[in-house]
Amino acid sequence: MMAVGLGHYLAVSAILLVLGIFGIFLNRKNVIVILMSIELILLAVNVNLVAFSGALGDLVGQIMAMFVLTVAAAEAAIGLAIVVVYFRNRGSIAVDDVNLMKG
Amino acid sequence: MIAALAFYLFAAILLVSAVMVVTARNPVHAVLFLILAFFNASALFLLAGAEFLAMILVIVYVGAVAVLFLFVVMMLDVNFSQLREGFQRYAPIGAAVGLVLLVELALVLGGWKFAPGAASLRMAPIDPAVDNTRQLGQLLYTDYVLLFQAAGLVLLVAMIGAIVLTLRDRQTSRHQVIARQVARHPHETLVMMEVKTGAGVAELGILRPPVDEPEPAGDAHESHGHGGGH
Repeated sequence: MMAVGLGHYLAVSAILLVLGIFGIFLNRKNVIVILMSIELILLAVNVNLVAFSGALGDLVGQIMAMFVLTVAAAEAAIGLAIVVVYFRNRGSIAVDDVNLMKG
Repeated sequence: MIAALAFYLFAAILLVSAVMVVTARNPVHAVLFLILAFFNASALFLLAGAEFLAMILVIVYVGAVAVLFLFVVMMLDVNFSQLREGFQRYAPIGAAVGLVLLVELALVLGGWKFAPGAASLRMAPIDPAVDNTRQLGQLLYTDYVLLFQAAGLVLLVAMIGAIVLTLRDRQTSRHQVIARQVARHPHETLVMMEVKTGAGVAELGILRPPVDEPEPAGDAHESHGHGGGH
């Protein structure tokens, strides 16, 4: 069915997920890179779904991957819109400056 | 054999470019590495037999999402080097959390296997005789049509949200006021005059449109825009 075993796909996806989370920690101040890290995490999820779909021979995994893709695209659009509005209002996109609503 | 080699190549490039995304000094480079990562992920999808998803990944992610990122990165005039301070400070804790997560995932991966009856629980077994796109469509438009519509709704809400968030009424833009334009009469703007032969504008004087009322300074541009044009 698949040229490579499922374990290899899962390993790649796990490393990708960890890299995305590492990116969130590493670029704590830069919202844009944080959004990119979230894209990486969602990509890891998609790789997982597609790999299981291929290994099991079940198409539902690919359907779910498509919906994850949709949500990821919507999330990126809204997130970047928020970043643009925030930059217009404050002239900065540093996460540390987002403290207007601190209780 | 060739497929396995291709898998390792694409996986290696995917992981390296993912590392570059999170560590790149310049966010434009990060976006470009993100595009490279998406391309390689779509190659992995192809190797797993998901041809349609691979193409969708290239079209949607590279064509739309990554370009959107690129636009925003280039549009915002941000001092990105300033955003990078604390990079070294957060690296150890990030590495520690990542390592813990990786070890946990490895533990899960090591002691995991399919349940004996997993193959019988498949909801939509892949038919090798039908190609992937056709099969996906047949499944998506029948069993998962509600989810499909919900996805469309999500995209619609995202589109409206992004427009509402970023649209601003510029003071310099000249909007058309339809009511004003419809309410105009010819006798308000047109005057019939007797003009002597050979008399020029210098003798007649230049006709100005009647100024109805002094408008507030805020929408002064509006009257300017609709002044004597029509």
